[in-house]
Amino acid sequence: MAVDILVNPLVEPLTYPFMQRGLLAAIIVGVVCAVIGSYVVLRGLAFMGDALAHAVLPGIAVAFLVGRNILVGAFLAAIITALGIGLVQRQGRLREDSAVGIMFVGAFALGILLISSMRSYSVDLTHILFGDVLAVSLQDLAMMSALGVSILVIVLLLYKEFLLVSFDPIMAATTGLPVTWLNNGLLILLSLTIVTGLQVVGNILVVAMLIAPAATAYQLTDELWHMMLLSVVFGVVSAIVGLYLSFWLGVASGAAIVLTAVIMFFVVLLLTRKRRT
Amino acid sequence: MGFVDAARERIENLTRANGNGAGDGGPPPAVCARHVTVKRGDMRVLEDIDFTMPAGQMVAVIGPNGAGKSTLFNALVGLLPVTSGEVELFGRPSRERRAADVSYVAQRDEIDWRFPVRVEDVVLMGRYPHIGWVRRPSAADRQKAHEALARVDLADLAQRQIGELSGGQQQRVFLARALAQEARLLLLDEPFTGLDAVAEATIFGILADLQREGRTILVATHDLNTVMNHFETAIALNRRIIGYGSVQDVLCSDILTRTYGGQLTMLRATDGSAVVLGDGCGHFG
Repeated sequence: MAVDILVNPLVEPLTYPFMQRGLLAAIIVGVVCAVIGSYVVLRGLAFMGDALAHAVLPGIAVAFLVGRNILVGAFLAAIITALGIGLVQRQGRLREDSAVGIMFVGAFALGILLISSMRSYSVDLTHILFGDVLAVSLQDLAMMSALGVSILVIVLLLYKEFLLVSFDPIMAATTGLPVTWLNNGLLILLSLTIVTGLQVVGNILVVAMLIAPAATAYQLTDELWHMMLLSVVFGVVSAIVGLYLSFWLGVASGAAIVLTAVIMFFVVLLLTRKRRT
Repeated sequence: MGFVDAARERIENLTRANGNGAGDGGPPPAVCARHVTVKRGDMRVLEDIDFTMPAGQMVAVIGPNGAGKSTLFNALVGLLPVTSGEVELFGRPSRERRAADVSYVAQRDEIDWRFPVRVEDVVLMGRYPHIGWVRRPSAADRQKAHEALARVDLADLAQRQIGELSGGQQQRVFLARALAQEARLLLLDEPFTGLDAVAEATIFGILADLQREGRTILVATHDLNTVMNHFETAIALNRRIIGYGSVQDVLCSDILTRTYGGQLTMLRATDGSAVVLGDGCGHFG
């Protein structure tokens, strides 16, 4: 029947529990990355985000070696790298991008080195690098939800403070806001977001989920909260569309989600090209 | 050379710190800097800054690029650590001031004008120090922001994205923010960059208004024409305070030469006459 032809491709994938979990996980990542990604786009933190995402690798390896939760290991590695970047920058005369570059490549290489030393683990490296949304367990899902809700609550509570420190840090400091701590807080939220996205899109592609939906929304709006909401819409749509595409075409899910987000970015860019000059 | 000696003596009078009002029982001065030195690495970017500025004054800070005008502002409000010396604002150490006391309007290029905020959002930021952490702006806060915007005559642009406004309108938005903040001291860093004479005059109208309300205003600018036409008092700065006093006295060639390092400067007064700075202070039609 005609209706079945239309509906089955949408419903059939959801009869598999791994697809149900995968879809939920992808949506959570779509939402959280979209919100934090708005700050990443506005604050010019894309390279920093990329660095932190790469730097989780040694944390994952060490956590795996000592038999601890790999997400905790990933988070700690990201934080240590962020601190290290600040330290290198303050000690030397390097510009920030060079400090970021040195620290994250170092961390990434250390991660690869550690993982290559455990032969049985080598298969899973691609899962870390590119994600494997269909392998998300119920326990993973619970952890991702908890992380996601915490991140969103903090952004909601500190909306006003993060807005001021992002738009006019000089006024923020003059009126007594702890600018350094708020900026560090933002980096911690960014690290947590990357950790949340690890299993869905992997640590290399998570940056795209931070940037693409927020950059798409940025072209369409004049207010931060508006940008965040639109970004969430783009993030969630790319998560759902990408996951279905990967199911129907039998391609990697993380890459399908990211490509959907990037294509939406270019469509909006073309449509709004004349609006803003 | 009686003339040179007279000029030198006048400079010395100007350079000497005026006594602050602490002794005479009046209100504490808005700004009191005592022997402030700021080092960046081994370089002294500010040296022995010592001045007192009574509340309710509007003073221009002049000096060439790199003279330390922005650094002075940063040091006054505690954004930069002071190597030695101390700063008091309204009779209290700068660090212990109320959060809303100072409104600092940074140079244009410190702001990302494409940032997704509307004009009314920017003005509302002035209420943040009054609102405190986590809490949302109330209807009363929004009302105050709206009134402030109306006072700078921009109520009809409230919904515009901040980057869509002209440079002069943007500066007025930041003045409205200072109003909403109920700031007692305003620091404006090169607020007239890129503005035409009309926009500049509009801003001075608002500044005069703010001054009449008793607010204290410090304006850093490199434009001596603006200073001559709109200010009564000026500070000449080049790492040190070279002169502090009435504009006629500060815009005198000896002080300007020491501030600008001998560059020839020509000023044009409102009446069209030109002041050419060669020897001494001359006024030529």
